[in-house]
Amino acid sequence: MLKLNSLQNRRTALAILVVGACAIAPIVAGVLDEPYYINLFARLMIWAIAAISLNLILGYGGMISFGHSLYLGIGAYTVGIFAYYDIYNFYLQLTTALALGALIALVFGGICLRTRGVYFIMITMALTQMVYFLSISIEEYGSDDGLIIYVRSELGTDLISFDNPIHRYYLIFAAMIACLYFSHRLIRSRFGYVIRGTRSNETRMEVLGYPTFRYRLVCFIIAGVMCTLAGVLSANVEKFVSPDIMHWTRSGELIFMVVLGGMASIMGPITGALVFWLLSEFFSRITEHWHLIFGPFLILVVLLSPRGIDGLLSIKSSSND
Amino acid sequence: MEWALLVEQILNGIQFGVLLFLLAAGLTLTFGIMDLVNLAHGSMYMLGAFVGATIFLWTGSFIIALLLAVPLVAGIGIVTEVTTLRTLYQRHHLDQVLATFGLILFFNEMVQVVWPLDGLTVPFPDYLTSTVPLFFGIDYSVYRLMIIGAGIVVAIAMWALVTRTRLGMLIRAGATDRTMIYALGTNIRLLFTLVFGIGTALSALAGVLMAPILGANSGMGEQIIIVAFVVIVIGGIGSIRGCFIAALITGLIDALGRSFLDVILALFIPVNAAEAAAPAISSMLIYIFMTCILFFKPQGLFGAQTQ
Repeated sequence: MLKLNSLQNRRTALAILVVGACAIAPIVAGVLDEPYYINLFARLMIWAIAAISLNLILGYGGMISFGHSLYLGIGAYTVGIFAYYDIYNFYLQLTTALALGALIALVFGGICLRTRGVYFIMITMALTQMVYFLSISIEEYGSDDGLIIYVRSELGTDLISFDNPIHRYYLIFAAMIACLYFSHRLIRSRFGYVIRGTRSNETRMEVLGYPTFRYRLVCFIIAGVMCTLAGVLSANVEKFVSPDIMHWTRSGELIFMVVLGGMASIMGPITGALVFWLLSEFFSRITEHWHLIFGPFLILVVLLSPRGIDGLLSIKSSSND
Repeated sequence: MEWALLVEQILNGIQFGVLLFLLAAGLTLTFGIMDLVNLAHGSMYMLGAFVGATIFLWTGSFIIALLLAVPLVAGIGIVTEVTTLRTLYQRHHLDQVLATFGLILFFNEMVQVVWPLDGLTVPFPDYLTSTVPLFFGIDYSVYRLMIIGAGIVVAIAMWALVTRTRLGMLIRAGATDRTMIYALGTNIRLLFTLVFGIGTALSALAGVLMAPILGANSGMGEQIIIVAFVVIVIGGIGSIRGCFIAALITGLIDALGRSFLDVILALFIPVNAAEAAAPAISSMLIYIFMTCILFFKPQGLFGAQTQ
């Protein structure tokens, strides 16, 4: 048995709990005969992937991007537009989406990262808003009504398909685990140490000879690409994409998930996404106007527990470590 | 005919620019002086529109609406500052962003509870519905001219306040070195609250003025607040002068882009393609402009090299 008296063990326990819950959700849904829950958890894991990617730049890199929902939009719209022209090949859709996400992150990151502090926040927000308005103004792809995707991505095999909810679920689950593992390895690599170094003291890293701009830009691109993947998966769950996916409140919610779970912790984003969803379910049962409770709750979390759930885990553990 | 349209669109651009100035001035002050990123500034604009519209519909007098709504909303702003925002001044920007995001969710929802879900529509005040003939034989709305006039008056008043009064001196000093004016014995809490109140009042004024044109809707604040961010980023954070110039440029680019971009593009590419591309590009124009400015001047046009 794990003893829950050290921070490391508590973190491991939480990780097992959260990942385990995601792993068995379809089985539980099957037993309860509530297939609705499968898609709900699938959506949750897509949020988690987006939050994991945001955590790379926000948590580890200290870059407060208020425009991360942009990449969800890129991923989802790429699938949507391909499907609009009757091209359903998943691999083609995926590579195009990721390449596009990388390119946009390269250009936007190149612009944003020239600035600091509050300028960075506002510019990431403004650039995402720009693409949001672009998606609204293109009538060919549905403008603000959005684009219905009639056929999901085709994997080119009969064994697994996005149309089967269970298959779809575990594809997304696999993607989430892959992203989790990737970010775990990334931040423990030399690259990860440089990124974390630039967060705490950029000048020092520069003096040590690291081209910090390039490191930050690469990190920005990795996060963008990972979030684009979440967008691609989202299009396949919803069979629909609209400019709403890029709305600035989405970016805000993503930030909140990361902060709620605990910034710069590996499991933080997933825990954050899960708790965010539980809270929104809980509050929306109390009243239809649940933002009325949720808004002040968010403020309280910021004021009282800036290190999020991961921060709560470390309470009292210091005496035992 | 082209000329008449051009003049009309220039006036529309100035009117939009003036509106942006009213919003961005408060933002740039709160950021420059308190180092606070206040996303919820747009909520005060929205509240201004709702409260102003309600009072106008009750009393039938636009003047009373203006005189009551602005102080009322400024009061709400001050209460928010004292209860919530004050604790955030020393915090990291991320905390400020998240907490004020929470405020936005709260105010947007509150507005939906108190007022009808689809918002309010407000008529123009009777004496301002007419149009006046201007040069080139165009008729322009008196109401929109009034907004331009009000904006210019406010801009001059702000300039006088910042450069010619003791309060303005403290504001400028606060923007340069917060700790120092505190050490010199200024009641900094009061100063912050006062500045926040002024910013909120300007934002509320913009809301009241725009209600007859746009109506009052939940979420109307964020649409425009992001453009106001663009304005202060272009103008340079903390600079009222930069804010005014950037607001006018942004307003003009937006208005002229929306009406003439297809004509301009048609000079270079086929008319069909130009007409198809123009709406998409014109919606991005101000952001592209911001990007260009930042590429050459990362601190904005009039930004001070702070910290």
